[in-house]
Amino acid sequence: MSNALKVELGRRYRFSASHRLHSPHLSEEENCRVFGKCNNPYGHGHNYVLEVSMSGDVDPATGMIANLADLDAFVERQVLEEFDHKSLNEDVPAFREKVPTTENLCMEIFQRLKAFPRAKLERIRVQETGNNSFEYAEENLEGNRP
Amino acid sequence: MVLLTRKIEFAASHLYHNPNLSAEENRRIFGKCNNPHGHGHNYTLEVTVEGEPDPVTGMVLDLKELKEILEREVMQRMDHRHLNYEVAELAGQIPTCENIARVIWQLLEPKMTQGRLHRVRLYESPDLFVDCYRNGAVPAGKS
Repeated sequence: MSNALKVELGRRYRFSASHRLHSPHLSEEENCRVFGKCNNPYGHGHNYVLEVSMSGDVDPATGMIANLADLDAFVERQVLEEFDHKSLNEDVPAFREKVPTTENLCMEIFQRLKAFPRAKLERIRVQETGNNSFEYAEENLEGNRP
Repeated sequence: MVLLTRKIEFAASHLYHNPNLSAEENRRIFGKCNNPHGHGHNYTLEVTVEGEPDPVTGMVLDLKELKEILEREVMQRMDHRHLNYEVAELAGQIPTCENIARVIWQLLEPKMTQGRLHRVRLYESPDLFVDCYRNGAVPAGKS
């Protein structure tokens, strides 16, 4: 029975960070047109919600896919310490070259979390505001979705 | 295929303790969830059923019937109960969100008279939840 079922653990984390959407490959005018108020030179911030989905076998001794304390410590170290109350453009090396849109943020966070040793990272979802959210999975996103 | 989701809430207490491990190991693995007097949560359960709407009623299944199934199978068993001591289906298992969600799937799946169980999502808190679904399930719209 248990093999016929897939079980996924979902955990939400929160961080606050600032960003500015600006591409050095575009002119000032194009940047302004493409990114609108997100191109404001002084940047702005969001309260991001990060949702991490992990799959794996449920260990009969603990009843868990992964110990939450291990997952929390890993996410804290890999993501939250470097992202929370930071400027994504200035403080996260990956965004010196790439525009810190939430699409790129999802992909960067996926790369940082996929090495979690105790379960398989299925999917990352980042909510930028209550009205915008983005998801990323390394393989076919739809293929990983229930 | 259409997916239909119904949400219910129940409150229950539990504790995490494996009698095959030492007291020290239990404390190390389960932390404050190992408190011998237990603790509780307001659980939120989302049950998603898949199917084609009936041409006559326009429904995948009658919501009233789903509500009754959830009342009988989940609420009466788990609401305001101690999950370690009062739920037979969880006997011998640590009542983690993973195991509770799996038991709920196993209770509900054979009771579906119309439609097919697609997903069980159980929230222990707004920041922690477990999804159960059939291994190799075909995503919505791809069948």
